[in-house]
Amino acid sequence: MVTKIELGKNGESLIADYLIKKGYEILARNWRIKGGEIDLIALAPNGVIVFVEVKSRSSQAFGHPLEAITPEKQSRLIRLSLAWLLENKKWNHPYRIDCAAVLMSSPPEIDYRAGVI
Amino acid sequence: MAVTSVRSISLLGLTGTLVDIEIDISDGLPVYTLLGLPDSALIESKDRIRAALVNSGEAWPNRKVTVSLTPAWLPKSGSNFDLPIAVGLLRVQSHLPIIDSESEVIIGELGLDGQIRQVRGVLPALLAAKQFGIRRAIVPAGNYQEACLVNDLEINAFSTLRELLLYLRTGEKAESLTLDLPLNDHSEANDLMDVMGQLNARAALEVSAIGGHHLLFIGPPGTGKTMLAQRIPGILPELTNEQALEVTAIHSIAKSLNSGEIFRKAPPFVAPHHTTTATAMVGGGSHVIKPGAVSLAHNGVLFIDEAPECSTGVLDSLRQPLESGEVSISRAVGSVNFPARFILVLAANPCPCGKFSGKGRSCTCSSQQIRRYSTKLSGPLLDRIDIRLQVDPPTRSDLASNELGESSAIVRSRVESAREIAAARFKQYPWKTNSQIPAKYLRSEFRAERSAMALLHIELERENLSARGFHKTLRLAWSIADQNRNQTPTKENVQTAIAMRMGSDLL
Repeated sequence: MVTKIELGKNGESLIADYLIKKGYEILARNWRIKGGEIDLIALAPNGVIVFVEVKSRSSQAFGHPLEAITPEKQSRLIRLSLAWLLENKKWNHPYRIDCAAVLMSSPPEIDYRAGVI
Repeated sequence: MAVTSVRSISLLGLTGTLVDIEIDISDGLPVYTLLGLPDSALIESKDRIRAALVNSGEAWPNRKVTVSLTPAWLPKSGSNFDLPIAVGLLRVQSHLPIIDSESEVIIGELGLDGQIRQVRGVLPALLAAKQFGIRRAIVPAGNYQEACLVNDLEINAFSTLRELLLYLRTGEKAESLTLDLPLNDHSEANDLMDVMGQLNARAALEVSAIGGHHLLFIGPPGTGKTMLAQRIPGILPELTNEQALEVTAIHSIAKSLNSGEIFRKAPPFVAPHHTTTATAMVGGGSHVIKPGAVSLAHNGVLFIDEAPECSTGVLDSLRQPLESGEVSISRAVGSVNFPARFILVLAANPCPCGKFSGKGRSCTCSSQQIRRYSTKLSGPLLDRIDIRLQVDPPTRSDLASNELGESSAIVRSRVESAREIAAARFKQYPWKTNSQIPAKYLRSEFRAERSAMALLHIELERENLSARGFHKTLRLAWSIADQNRNQTPTKENVQTAIAMRMGSDLL
């Protein structure tokens, strides 16, 4: 039995591998401050900083994973991204926020959507 | 990713507008946005469509779905866009063959299980669609009968989303619907034969039916006022095809019609209760403007029993439709005109206890009570009533007689032939019945004989008739003339008309 946290970790590392394969450089994983957490922060080959929210599910029974990203979560992600940029003194840097869904079937299915927030 | 467009119809009153439903699916978080001034029933469509698609074995697009109903400025309401949106969603994802959908409209509400539910207003919507050059329509199976009233339109009706999708993919139909239009003939339940005696009343009904004149029955309880009123539709001529379409269209907006409620021949009979509100009488509503009793009675009879018990505002709201034959209702969403040309039939007791007639011996009301009761029908309204009829209790010999009166069919054939005479006379004019002759023409082309006109002028001078009453009496005289095959109303005809107009001194 995979716990919720393990499931999430597995999903995040799958997405990290997926991004590395595409030429991204992972800058941080599970960056956490008081206001919340960003699952993955990566530098795209074209120099854009990419913040990634990963949603993992073991089945589709409760709807599409990305439906869980409510408007409140979206605005939190924007706040967190800006906080990271400030902390790392990259406030002038181009960035985007991506969302990724991982369905833990075998093999796992990845649904990666760039720049959706 | 892709955009597709499906067509449907949005109704405001009886007027339909062609609505293009554009659907775009793009990458992004799964959201569903509905544009184009939807009301709350329409916003809720998302959950119905989603459940219906999933339960019909189709996939819901977990992407950014934007549905735009154009023209965007037109407020849209109701659940009849469920089906076109669902079809559009499948088309945009190429789950359905792309066909030329320019000349096709889709109308229908979806149930969560994928059922296609009946909606209101299909007939007026399709009549409008035809004018926009639409050639095919997909409608709920429950609306098939009324949809088939529209000529030159290919109708495809389905009861579930699965059946519709099967048809759109393969051209196969799961079941073939049969057109079973009941003839809605003049019902035999309310035949004039059942009325005992009441010769005056019979004559008044016949004249009223010939010219479309309004009636007021005054009489004690239990004398047959309601019975007489219910028999008026039976002696009115059959509706023409045009009229039948018009009447059915109005009823179709008011509620979803069963096939038995489709009007083919018999005119409608609408009898609102006396506690009814002015809005229910005239029509109204904030999002969807629905026709009121006056429009439901269009081309038929509006019967108000116990008229003095109505609140005065309600009765007086009848004045505009009585005059113009239509009602104009304005609300935030827009202004709507409904036709409302009906024969008004009011029934009243002579006093609160109801016994103040004949010798009035058993009446227990004070003279003040009687006066107050009679003032509940306002002067301006009474002025618009052509025939005031005192209905007395049937006499002993009436009740004892075994002889049946004339049947509705016989009276109707007389009414029809009298109306034919009138129609021939009005061939070059836009109106068809005597009650619609404009006042201007009553003083020129459609005068009565000289002696008859003199009689009317005397009554006018004595202030027994208002100017409106003068014209209305003359119209009534025309109907009496048609009944008696006179070329123009004679002095006798006008005398009869005056007597009918002033028929009862009880009110």
